[in-house]
Amino acid sequence: MLAAFTWTEFAQQLAAGIREGAIYAGLALAIVIIYRSTRVINFAQGEMATFTTFIAWSLMNHGLSFWTAFPIVLAVAFAGGVAIERIVIHPVANASVVTIVIVTLGLALLLNGLTSVIWGGESRQFKGPFSTRTIDVGGVPISVQDIGIVVVSIGLVALLALFFRYTKLGLALRAAAVNPESSRLVGIRVGWMLALGWGIAAVLGAVAGMMIAPVVFLDPNMMQTILLYAFAAAVLGGLDSPVGAVVGGILLGVTITMLGRYVGFIGSTLKLPAALVLIFVLLLVRPGGLFGRVAERRV
Amino acid sequence: MSFLELRNVEARYGSVRALHGISLQVGDGELVAVLGANGAGKTTTLRAISGTVRRSGDVVFAGQKLSRRPEATARAGIAHVPEGRGTFGELSVWDNLRLGAHTRRDNLKQEAKRVFEFFPQLESRRDQQGGTLSGGEQQMLALGRAMMARPKLLLLDEPSLGLAPIVVTVIFEALERMKTDDGMSVLVVEQNAGLALEHAARAYVLEVGKVAVEGTSDELRANETVRRSYLGY
Amino acid sequence: MRLRLWLELAGFAVLAVVVAAVPRFVSDFRARELAIVGMYFIALLGLSILTGHSGQISLGHGAFMAIGGYTTAVLSVNGVYGHQIRDLWTIPIAGVIAGVAGLLVGLPALRLSGLYLALITFGIAVSFPQLPKKFDHFLGGTTGKILALPRPPFGLSTTTNNWMYYLTWGIALVLLLAAWSLVRGKTGRALKAIRDSEVAAASSGVSLAKYKTLAFGISAFYAGVAGSLYAIANAYVNPDVFPIILSVYLVVGLAVGGLDSLITLIAGAGLIYFLQNHADTVARWLNHLPALNLDPKQPGIPSLVFGAVLIVVMLLLPGGAGGLLRRLFGSLTGRR
Repeated sequence: MLAAFTWTEFAQQLAAGIREGAIYAGLALAIVIIYRSTRVINFAQGEMATFTTFIAWSLMNHGLSFWTAFPIVLAVAFAGGVAIERIVIHPVANASVVTIVIVTLGLALLLNGLTSVIWGGESRQFKGPFSTRTIDVGGVPISVQDIGIVVVSIGLVALLALFFRYTKLGLALRAAAVNPESSRLVGIRVGWMLALGWGIAAVLGAVAGMMIAPVVFLDPNMMQTILLYAFAAAVLGGLDSPVGAVVGGILLGVTITMLGRYVGFIGSTLKLPAALVLIFVLLLVRPGGLFGRVAERRV
Repeated sequence: MSFLELRNVEARYGSVRALHGISLQVGDGELVAVLGANGAGKTTTLRAISGTVRRSGDVVFAGQKLSRRPEATARAGIAHVPEGRGTFGELSVWDNLRLGAHTRRDNLKQEAKRVFEFFPQLESRRDQQGGTLSGGEQQMLALGRAMMARPKLLLLDEPSLGLAPIVVTVIFEALERMKTDDGMSVLVVEQNAGLALEHAARAYVLEVGKVAVEGTSDELRANETVRRSYLGY
Repeated sequence: MRLRLWLELAGFAVLAVVVAAVPRFVSDFRARELAIVGMYFIALLGLSILTGHSGQISLGHGAFMAIGGYTTAVLSVNGVYGHQIRDLWTIPIAGVIAGVAGLLVGLPALRLSGLYLALITFGIAVSFPQLPKKFDHFLGGTTGKILALPRPPFGLSTTTNNWMYYLTWGIALVLLLAAWSLVRGKTGRALKAIRDSEVAAASSGVSLAKYKTLAFGISAFYAGVAGSLYAIANAYVNPDVFPIILSVYLVVGLAVGGLDSLITLIAGAGLIYFLQNHADTVARWLNHLPALNLDPKQPGIPSLVFGAVLIVVMLLLPGGAGGLLRRLFGSLTGRR
């Protein structure tokens, strides 16, 4: 079952796994932010990211450089996220879990269709900010792009962690998610906190999309498999832990890549089901994921 | 001129009317109690002031008509410690306190020091999750959170509920200090009428959503019929 | 109360009559289209029992349909010990195998709350198409397996499409009746109790484990039957016959038809079929709006419309068509 083994290849696979994981982590982070601040699982996270990445592509197509388009896309993403929460999610905020899930699914469908309708379904190249040349790290060729992706993911997490822990707004966001009633009593405008959460998540998704697109080519369905891996990573790390999302992502990326390469049975076709099984088993044993806290419900 | 005035305030939960026209006043720096049996509308009165329940009728606070939304009443200087304390269970003690000062822009160090002076247990449990504190400590935390806002009016719902007598003493001592030091007004709802009348200047006794009896603590304590029928002792 | 019962039975009778009569008035091709609507209807009935009545979200029911479809394919092509099984008899087997799969998913699902369940079932939907590629010798890989064309039995002289129509709708009506009686009875009440409050239900003595897994098993059975019929009608299976998006479309159909309704799910089934196969008509309608000039052949239109419909329905009419009907007729039957 185990294929021929060399250390160089192992290191390469490890690097690839980390890069894959960083990609999942970016989107997983967005999922966790929304879950943390609104207790909603956003099935449209991937499609929102894809949509904003296409906007970036259009801007760059019109002559803007990546770094000029970048802040514009982030601003659009933020506004979009806030608008979506206020218009589509807020009305059903108190409805059953089933209703909310269906609404975000509908949103995903809508955005996916819209992306196809506006930009067409063909894949296209997306020129990212990092060069694709490889550098030699201890005998192992690693691409600058991969390093860039990992650095950006970790940087984002750090920024977010700082934001949530040390700023007043971050605290207010957390409070609104944990106890909306008491939050109002201390003067927090809970509705706008929820919208802010979605705005931030949309921005995270936009960044994730712009990191991923140079690697996988840009098309309307780009994020679908990645979304699933991102969910898995988020669940693995604990749905309300941003650090967990990144750790979970990288752990998942490495594990899946290794399994895919070294366990012949899994190969490349069963990577996704393997991820699923892993997460499923983990959830049975540890419902809160690695870093999450689970409210026990005794019946 | 009274600091807080309710003019014929009504409130409902869905189709059920809980308050049928309540009028009361709280003076500047006064501690006033709201008493009555279960279901009389005491908690609802506080909720109607802070805006947590929909109300009709006017509430005048510091000369201005008070908004009906909780975020705005907090900004106006009213701190409401609800029934059940409203602790942010998943957040740390320190974060709970920080949240109390949400409406303020200045430095929190002073306030925090004061809170820890009153309630040293909170300081030693600073990083602990709010929900893991004991009942008494959570009440202290709730009061501490309110203190952080330096409110002009404190609405306190059943502070002694489920607490050991010694803890209750600590709590009421803190209240007295806040009243004298900051000139804070307090409207406290209490089941324990005897305790409330010890500390309050005046009291209102509610029955079925209306004010049945009102007067100074001395008057109420002296009146045997009132004591027997409404205060249960 | 009794009036309601009679009205429902009358409604069922009307439906049965309409179903029997329709093929006389429509083209052969239309009959085939309606047959496929019937298959979606069967799957939606099952999903309603699971999601609408017991409150467990499944975003992976397409996978159960696939299990049913592939079972039929394997049994009728590979057969058992080389003995090929006639397509008709594979239908209940496919249903049972899918049902067992449903039980197997339902058991561990007990430990997962709504959101986690949604994620896991979504994961199942996404992963499932990979399995035929892996076990390609048995399941045909990407090319799939080809079945014999469906033949009416006993040499009945009717067209293939009409035969599929009657077969499908015959089964659908029986399964509708079964679902209806299940929902009305003790099981249905237990499921609804669980949906509304698991804690309350459990403390009233309702066995969560038993009913929740049962709901999964039954709904998977229904999906399996639908998938089996679909495979027979198509005369081939491959991963694209039961794509990932199918699970999502089923949820759309359920939402539009009415989460905990039964008969009105036909509307949901119709919507799924219509949007998938007549997207160009929808595009042409939309083009009547000012400033819109859509290419009817654009691939994104079904998703766009599905998504918009889903959001609007959930926001404005969370009970779907069934809920609307209930509101209209609720006063008639004296309910609330």
